[in-house]
Amino acid sequence: MTALREVGLRGVASDEELRGIANKLRRRTIDMLWRAQAGHPGGSLSAAEILTVLYFDVMRLDPSRPDWGDRDRFVLSKGHAAPIYYAALQERGYFAEDVLTTYDELDSCLQAHPAMGGPGIDMSSGSLGQGLSMAIGMALGARLLKKDLRVYALLGDGEIQEGQIWEAAMSAPKFKLDNLLAILDLNRIQLLGPVDEVMPIEPVAAKWQAFNWHVLEVDGHDVGRLRAACAQAAAHTGGPTIILAHTIKGKGVSFMENTHEWHSAPVTDDVRERALAELAADPAALLAPAPEEVR
Amino acid sequence: MTVAEMIAARDAFGKALVELGDANDRVVVLDADLASSTKASMFAAAHPERFFQIGIAEQNMTSIAAGMASMGLIPFTSTFACFASKRATDQVRIGIAQPRMNVKITGAYSGLLAGKTGKTHQSVQDIAIFRSMPEMVVLVPGDGVEVEKAVWAAAAYDGPVYLRLTRDPSPVLFDAGYEFRIGKAVVLREGSDVTVVTTGVMAARAAEAANTLSEEGLSVHILHVPTVKPLDVDAVLEAAARTGLVVTAEEHSIIGGLGGAVAELLSERLPTLMRRVGIRDCFGESAPNECLLEKYGLTAGDIARACRELVALKG
Repeated sequence: MTALREVGLRGVASDEELRGIANKLRRRTIDMLWRAQAGHPGGSLSAAEILTVLYFDVMRLDPSRPDWGDRDRFVLSKGHAAPIYYAALQERGYFAEDVLTTYDELDSCLQAHPAMGGPGIDMSSGSLGQGLSMAIGMALGARLLKKDLRVYALLGDGEIQEGQIWEAAMSAPKFKLDNLLAILDLNRIQLLGPVDEVMPIEPVAAKWQAFNWHVLEVDGHDVGRLRAACAQAAAHTGGPTIILAHTIKGKGVSFMENTHEWHSAPVTDDVRERALAELAADPAALLAPAPEEVR
Repeated sequence: MTVAEMIAARDAFGKALVELGDANDRVVVLDADLASSTKASMFAAAHPERFFQIGIAEQNMTSIAAGMASMGLIPFTSTFACFASKRATDQVRIGIAQPRMNVKITGAYSGLLAGKTGKTHQSVQDIAIFRSMPEMVVLVPGDGVEVEKAVWAAAAYDGPVYLRLTRDPSPVLFDAGYEFRIGKAVVLREGSDVTVVTTGVMAARAAEAANTLSEEGLSVHILHVPTVKPLDVDAVLEAAARTGLVVTAEEHSIIGGLGGAVAELLSERLPTLMRRVGIRDCFGESAPNECLLEKYGLTAGDIARACRELVALKG
């Protein structure tokens, strides 16, 4: 079991290394959004550490074999965070760096929302509320096919206003899916404003507990705690786990933080310059390879 | 055609699922608390480890099926046609049609004969909805034999399929040796005066109408179309050219279903005088079957009337 789970892992990364990668994914995200002049900065930046920890520490993958049947699966249920997901896939080695420049362009495998067929993309998403159910299907399928793999789903906190999330929440414990881990990106902001003004979701931990989930809560920007929570989830048996990852919308770019203004807004030349300057000044940036010049 | 033998599509469906499950261990069935009505319960009894009861949650069921298909399984979802086509349409679009997932969506109790449940449970738009969805194959078998063959054909086909089923017994049209092929229409009766293009259980009513009209000296050609999408274009054009008059017949709205598909094709390729027998632009109601067919214009008599009308127009 242990030997199997190590297949395809890139070796144990240090927390410092992971922080550097998260910073790099943020910079790449800003560049992609700037090029496309469309997309969702806030909910991408809030998920940087979550995607980094999954793709660079937790998940069993082999980027040279994207169709490997025994790989762990990931569903970006909050599909609008596609830019940072693509940045993570690219950094992990699923495709060449120049592919990122095609994001949201005609004929690109990197669509505005994730579409299967793109390298490393396990499931299509974008219409909110469906990804947890899809992940349940993958987890049930893995069990039936006797595959020792784990399924991960990343949900947005605005997204859990969708009723289907609670249909899914009810069903995963019924099927005792301990090969399923959901992570909720609790950045507290949605398109029109604070989640708890648009439609309150609290008490969110109590809701998942009441639906019989194993609930963990962490600072979603603390890579060490995220890793520990994922390990704790993997050790939990008999049912699904959800990690409530407390995050900051727009994290890493001061003027994008904690505001709905940057949920979806075009990144202008000036904005890009200021954002990249801030991210480059982050001590974590020194831990990652230098950002490449674009264009 | 003899009217002796009647088989309910749902019984044929349940039996076919069980046998398919015997032959292929990648076949799984998901149900939204209707298995005893749809007869997916027969699969549950035979293959409990591959039957997944999702409860009254069609959206969840549909997306779970998408996830299972992504793992290499062949999921059949089981619910009523009204819910499969409307309650979970977006889940089909995102998780099944767009990624071309290998899921078979089965819609039971289609048309007006939904076990006296009324307009909430009748399904008269499902063909139109799924026909308008890219990547979707739409199968509407006409009798129990064809249901069984369609189940196997759907499983053998790699991609999304909507399989439209009915509740009540209907006359057997085909013998066991009948070869069903997705995308192929079948001539049920050769004729020269007027063509009736049918789908689903209307095939038997068309045959009955043809017998009546034959006594009046009219020769009816019947083309049965169990695959509404992709439409067998050559067969429809040939059947239309043969008589120059086309009546379509379906237990579905005249908007967007078989009648719509045939009218779209003929108006572009071979303009032909047409009549569409089906449910007009309205919802149904709860009542005994015979009353519903009569009131909403779905009887053999309605098909015969449309044929006579066209023949008179042609002069």
